[in-house]
Amino acid sequence: MKKTGSQIVVEALKKEGVEALFNYPGGAVLPLFDELYHSPFHQVLVRHEQAAVHAADGYARSTGKVGVALVTSGPGATNTVTGIATAYMDSVPILVISGQVPTPLIGNDAFQEADIVGITRPCTKHNYLVRDIKDLGRILKEAFYIARSGRPGPVLVDLPKDVLVNSTEFKYPEKVSLRSYQPTYEGHPVQIQRALKLIMKSKKPILYVGGGIISSNASKELTLFAERLGIPVTMTLMGLGSFPGNHSLSLGMLGMHGTYRANMAVMDADLLIAIGTRFDDRVTGKTEAFAPHAKIIHVDIDPTSISKNVRVDLPIVGDSKRVLTKMITLLEEEDPDAFREGLDKWHQQIEKWKSEHQMDYKQDAKIKPQFVIEKIWELTQGDAIVTTEVGQNQMWTAQFYPFTKPRTLLTSGGLGTMGYGFPAAIGAQVAFPNKLVVDIAGDGSFQMNSQELATVVQYQLPVKVAILNNGSLGMIRQWQEFFYGKRYSSSSIKEISPDFVKLAEAYGAIGLRATTPEEVVPTLKKAFSISKPVIIDFVVDPEENVYPMVPAGEPLNQMRLL
Amino acid sequence: MKIVPRRPSPSKREGKREGIEASMRHVITLLVENEFGVLARIAGLFSGRGFNIESLCVAETLDPAVSTMTIVTHGEDQIIEQVLKQLNKLISIIKVVDLIDKDFVEREMVLVKVSATAGTREEILRVVDIFRGKVIDVGSKTYTIEVTGDEKKIEAILALLKPLGIKEMVRTGHVAMVRGSKLSTEPS
Repeated sequence: MKKTGSQIVVEALKKEGVEALFNYPGGAVLPLFDELYHSPFHQVLVRHEQAAVHAADGYARSTGKVGVALVTSGPGATNTVTGIATAYMDSVPILVISGQVPTPLIGNDAFQEADIVGITRPCTKHNYLVRDIKDLGRILKEAFYIARSGRPGPVLVDLPKDVLVNSTEFKYPEKVSLRSYQPTYEGHPVQIQRALKLIMKSKKPILYVGGGIISSNASKELTLFAERLGIPVTMTLMGLGSFPGNHSLSLGMLGMHGTYRANMAVMDADLLIAIGTRFDDRVTGKTEAFAPHAKIIHVDIDPTSISKNVRVDLPIVGDSKRVLTKMITLLEEEDPDAFREGLDKWHQQIEKWKSEHQMDYKQDAKIKPQFVIEKIWELTQGDAIVTTEVGQNQMWTAQFYPFTKPRTLLTSGGLGTMGYGFPAAIGAQVAFPNKLVVDIAGDGSFQMNSQELATVVQYQLPVKVAILNNGSLGMIRQWQEFFYGKRYSSSSIKEISPDFVKLAEAYGAIGLRATTPEEVVPTLKKAFSISKPVIIDFVVDPEENVYPMVPAGEPLNQMRLL
Repeated sequence: MKIVPRRPSPSKREGKREGIEASMRHVITLLVENEFGVLARIAGLFSGRGFNIESLCVAETLDPAVSTMTIVTHGEDQIIEQVLKQLNKLISIIKVVDLIDKDFVEREMVLVKVSATAGTREEILRVVDIFRGKVIDVGSKTYTIEVTGDEKKIEAILALLKPLGIKEMVRTGHVAMVRGSKLSTEPS
């Protein structure tokens, strides 16, 4: 049967199991929106295209499915770039469909024309400009496949208006055949054997795990493996939730704002088992001094991640879940019980570090931002999806909310995109309408996408935004205090800040405020009991800093402690 | 030109590898999907990650759906390893082969316009003859010379022609192929 390009797109989205679309219309893409008018998708009209992509990203991170954003050509497409780059850095499977001017006009500087394929080439896993409607079905099939397979990532498909309008005989392809793209899922068996031998010989091993555990749904296997051998686990920001944060083997997060015991353990370990992680500079500090006494095993699905920043001794290219499963099977040929008992001294050392320095803060008459996060944890017990903005709010969340389940923390790790948390919360709430979704925000970051208040009210998405309002771009202020002689250049925003309660009310949302520590719990309880979008303005201590802190480029044991 | 790594070289990591590795010349052969944007993807990968391209040649293969590319680059092992992995990661690239471990032949063609005066004509022709080049165009004051060879030969003839007055020069960049009956894209 003949179908128009727009019908083909709708058909493809249905076949791929898409349920929700985050979109913003425009001239070039109107034929597709016309087709969507009678379609079954849950469509969310955002108020800025950046938010459409972050929402698709939040949907994808919380569900593991491909999130889809749909925008128009030119400015609609260029507005998606930050969202795409965010998803690219954090390996999130999303599909961005952009409209484009009709093919005969491409290259003519037509109205609302932008070379979005050219612009997004370095920040997509792959992208396509569809020039011929005959390629459309195949390209959409490939786009979904590429986004979700291997190391996941964003894919953009640019659709000229005439391609949407024209018709062709259409049958959606059953299979993808890409001779140039075949991700390696199975780790090399000999390498896995060798890795296990190295592990069994170690006396001071730690597991250093990242977002790859979450993307490959390997939390169960990781927990089993760590428990069987009694190996302590430290997580990157992206890895939080992949292993229970309140587990006795958890060291918490490592790196620049990591826990004292995690960083000390890395510096002292004789074996680092890195899984689904990429030795980011915020994790390693000075690379030359990272894990100086350790042999390093590195499991990752992306070969480019291996030996990129830090040379590793034993690489295994493969899917975290499959490699861990294989290792667990092989373990039974060894003596895991004896090994675990042999780690007693190592565990004692870690306990000693733990007692020397705990994650903490000083209570006084002002609300401490860490206190708010602790209370959110106590009230939710991990049964919530938490998103964050970027900066101090993000680091405190990572430190004071012990994520116990995968896909419960949605945060922009690699790119560090302010304004991510609120639209990401929209995506998560659309995916899980009955779950509590909380965006832990700063007053600076929240203002980067506060226009989405209109979206949450329009669709009655009961997202809760907890603004830790310190009147400044807090992390910038902290760096200026530590490293720039307290010259607070362009980091204070308290002079003109909206009244967040009134702002919420102006959009038809609920606004609440807490100014003393006593008000925190009742305010949170009230907010969580309201089945509407709620903005909570926590007026917090403006001087509070994130500790510990390893200054950029320093070894991990050079921590500034509270 | 040199490749400047934008990150501290992990090869300097304490207790791992001592010393700084020498920057080596690598000839990389690629098979790529013959579709628009592939060249931009590869060029963007090199520029975006701070890798350098010394020369790049691209043309269709016998299969019009596939192009072959020859890239010449310099770098320490660690950098080249990243270059190869990153190239492999691009969806449109079918095959990546670093020829450094293989026995291969390589050729480059250069067109040189040399000023030819009564006093230098003989000398130019002699040099061209020794290097098995050809004079392919003669002007009233110039010869245009075509020479083909590997990097050393090209450098050698250019060094001899330079004092005679090179007006203009165009180089094709290198193409390379494995010796014997093996194929360049076969695993070694």
